[in-house]
Amino acid sequence: MLPTDRKYTKSHEWIKIEADGTATIGITDYAQGELGDITFVELPEVGERKPAGEVCAEVESVKAASDIYAPVSGLVAAVNEDLDGSPELVNQSPFEQGWLLRLSEVDASAADQLLDAAAYEATLREAE
Amino acid sequence: MEIKSRGNEAGAELRRTPLYRQHLRLGARMAPFGGFEMPIQYRGIVEEHQAARRQAALFDTCHMGEFHLSGTTAVADLQRLLTCQVETLPVGRCRYGLLCNEAGGVIDDLLLYRLATDEFMLVGNSARRQPDWLWLRRHVGRQTRLLDQSEEIAKIDLQGPAAVPIAIRLMGEPIDNMVFYSFRKNRYRDREILLSRTGYTGEIGFEFYLPVDLAEPLWNDCLELGAAPAGLGARDTLRLEMGMPLHGHELSENRVAGEAGLGRAIAADKKFVGSDKVHDKSLLKQSLQGILLTDRRAARQGQTVLRAEDEREIGTVTSGSFAPSLGRAVALAYLDRETAKVGDRILVAAGRRRLEGQVVEPPFYRKATGRAKLARFMP
Repeated sequence: MLPTDRKYTKSHEWIKIEADGTATIGITDYAQGELGDITFVELPEVGERKPAGEVCAEVESVKAASDIYAPVSGLVAAVNEDLDGSPELVNQSPFEQGWLLRLSEVDASAADQLLDAAAYEATLREAE
Repeated sequence: MEIKSRGNEAGAELRRTPLYRQHLRLGARMAPFGGFEMPIQYRGIVEEHQAARRQAALFDTCHMGEFHLSGTTAVADLQRLLTCQVETLPVGRCRYGLLCNEAGGVIDDLLLYRLATDEFMLVGNSARRQPDWLWLRRHVGRQTRLLDQSEEIAKIDLQGPAAVPIAIRLMGEPIDNMVFYSFRKNRYRDREILLSRTGYTGEIGFEFYLPVDLAEPLWNDCLELGAAPAGLGARDTLRLEMGMPLHGHELSENRVAGEAGLGRAIAADKKFVGSDKVHDKSLLKQSLQGILLTDRRAARQGQTVLRAEDEREIGTVTSGSFAPSLGRAVALAYLDRETAKVGDRILVAAGRRRLEGQVVEPPFYRKATGRAKLARFMP
């Protein structure tokens, strides 16, 4: 089951607005499954500004590298440093320990426009 | 992120191996390869890769092409067509060789089995089955009988240290004292099969050649005895760690075979179709080299290799991946002969960034068991 405490994009990112107003970003379970074993995650520098829709990270699996897009605009406030040594966390726990980065200065109303869990799930069913 | 579509190979009708149903049952991710719909992975490439290195991995290789050549002229025909020595190959042994065109380019790389004095089997890549067939048909003499047996022969590879006890359990006749690159007729479920101590992973193991209707039983028996199903993803990372070439990456009709540096496959002292070019040192502009990347991030086919000191372009990556046994990325690349030497620091231009690495002599993985004594793995 998809977590309902966050929003989703058609391009398989998730975004969760935290209590302090920052937004945590990751990829969905479906996305990690499609990529297969993740061997490397390239994360941005803290302090970089990321416009919505721009590449904010890159996830590499044994077979290929994939760009991850920022679902909303913001300033990179933190990156998941555990992924340096353990990129497989994205496979094992895409919604929790395998988060990618956290943005501050996000417009929460922009996140509201994204898909909720049910709508994202419907896009997956369409793709089948 | 974008998820690449697993689209079909340009409009071609994809074929299925006799094990297709088993792949679906095992939840394999399927994709087109060499004209077939093949399993890329089951549970994960890294896990399947480790199964071959540490335990036993099971591969469906039914897609590969098998050609049968027989008659008193077969030896001479093959001696003229393949880069390796054929006359000296004993019955019961196999040898790796290349089929070259007149320009010295590689039509395919194959394994040659001497079944009897005047009887041979050639095993090649699935994507090259048609070119191989056309080339052989055109170039073997009238007295040589040539058959494409790819449809009648199923092939399964069982690779890794635990392949030995599994094969002992399943085969009707003993397998002990089978040396590396030897093969023997054996029995499975009271039928004759061919058991070959070869593979494409570097590990000790076997390739089974058997009637199509025995493919499913053997596959499932191996699984029951603990082998892990492994897809083409792991097959690729395993061969890459061993520095073994793959046609379409390291080998092509448009590059002279000598550049691949396959000394063991190219006999220096014989003439064969293309040998004038293959042996011509003046045509060797580049050579195939190993690159050990500093980090986990992989270089990919087609990316440019630069000399670290002055960023001069010195070559092109042909294969690259994260290497599970090494914990870092490796690549094979054609590098300019004059400038690139083992030990040199290089950079790979990979999209937005440069990856650091060093030219090394393959294999990248040096603990493989392929050539070890079989007795070491007996239960």
